[in-house]
Amino acid sequence: MLKIDNLHAEIGGTEILKGLSLTVNAGEIHAIMGPNGAGKSTLSYVLGGRPGYEVTGGSVQFAGRDGTCDLLALAPHERAAAGLFLGFQYPVEIPGVSNLQFLRESLNAQRRGRGEEPLSGGEFLKLAREKAGLLKMDMDMMKRAVNVGFSGGEKKRAEMVQMGILDPLFAVLDETDSGLDIDALRVVGDGINAIMRDPAKGVLLITHYQRLLDYVKPDYVHVLAQGRIMKTGGPELAHRLENEGYEVVAA
Amino acid sequence: MTHAHLPTLRDEEWRYGNLAALQDMDVAAFENWRDIDVAAGEAVTQCFTLDHQGDADLVRVRVKIGPNARCSLFAVNTGGRYSRMEIVVRVATGGHFEFGGVTIGGGDATREFVTRIAHDEPGASSNQIVRAVHWGKATGNFLGRIDVVRDAQKTNAAQDFKAILLEKGATANAKPELEIFADDVKCAHGAAIGALDQTAAFYMAARGLPPELARKLQIRAFIADAFVALDDEAAQEAMLEQALAVLEERK
Repeated sequence: MLKIDNLHAEIGGTEILKGLSLTVNAGEIHAIMGPNGAGKSTLSYVLGGRPGYEVTGGSVQFAGRDGTCDLLALAPHERAAAGLFLGFQYPVEIPGVSNLQFLRESLNAQRRGRGEEPLSGGEFLKLAREKAGLLKMDMDMMKRAVNVGFSGGEKKRAEMVQMGILDPLFAVLDETDSGLDIDALRVVGDGINAIMRDPAKGVLLITHYQRLLDYVKPDYVHVLAQGRIMKTGGPELAHRLENEGYEVVAA
Repeated sequence: MTHAHLPTLRDEEWRYGNLAALQDMDVAAFENWRDIDVAAGEAVTQCFTLDHQGDADLVRVRVKIGPNARCSLFAVNTGGRYSRMEIVVRVATGGHFEFGGVTIGGGDATREFVTRIAHDEPGASSNQIVRAVHWGKATGNFLGRIDVVRDAQKTNAAQDFKAILLEKGATANAKPELEIFADDVKCAHGAAIGALDQTAAFYMAARGLPPELARKLQIRAFIADAFVALDDEAAQEAMLEQALAVLEERK
């Protein structure tokens, strides 16, 4: 579903990804763990197409809604329409634009891009109510400006509501678990399972901690260090990392 | 002879003006004041659109607000080469003056609001919110003078100017001018000039919003501040649409 082959990328002339290869098949959840500065966030931004992140080599094939495509050739909003969702480590505040307005415009832009009819106000509200309920987020919060005045935990929860509404084929979740208390972690974990655990979907879960993986059981765990995948294993690898540290396990 | 009547850049209130554009203007326009007198306890709301596409457009408004009366003026300034709105206000005790203005557009035009609020009675208030969005070689100005005389204790006056420049080459000027002779007053002023938030732009793209639509949402939210105090929702929407229509025409 997502095939990253020998990916090289740099920011401001500094190479961060140095030949990263990774394949995620439909129906699989992969976790990526790794020390600070390994290139985890860079990988998510490169997949999302953030300006300033320059790909200098390699390729990314994505089996999206319109068949397999060269992901890196698409503009960021086209990647979203193809079915890619990027969960942000630091969700961005957009003053003056409500969550409901933002998500309705986003969803309908994606639908138009795919040649589908936009949802009416009523249809959209019904969908939003259902997904907010799933993540136990109050509808009053959905009426407020995007992420403005939200706590760290609320922002992450809002990211998951966004994911529920946009219903992507593939999600790259960058440290979705950071900033969450134990209860919120469970709610978010359950949300990821409900929205993305599907034979037709895939997830790349970038995390620092094993904790989230208790709720969202990964099929594979990778260790990312120095811009490459250094080691791949099953869920037990995450436990080993937690106990022994990156230096021992990935050495 | 007529030139003797024309202002020069040495006049403080004209220092950012496009005086060349005034050369062919009918001098009678300088004497053409619109008067708005609000009787004690009354409330008046008026909306203005400056969209004259010729050389120069000068709109002069003189407002007298009686005791405990209220006057709210709102304006969208999208005019041609030089488009200037002047507002001179006197507020009596217990009265309030509200102004919300937007200058928006490209080309090489100068669009400006020049206000002068005389607080010469105690216990009156005024609030001004001006937003400017420009591109090309266009200029947006807000020159806001507030005079608080010695007897005008408990005056509460505020002015707030923010500009977004979409391209290098566009200009915004803010000139707050506060003369306060009373010692128990509140007079707030703020000015900020910047570019569109690129982090928010990428966040919106990652949710599927094409760049033009994302920009429109951001700018709509930005200028909406100026019309928050406009109670009539339909009028508020009309003002926003008028301003945003100019953005759509942008190449």
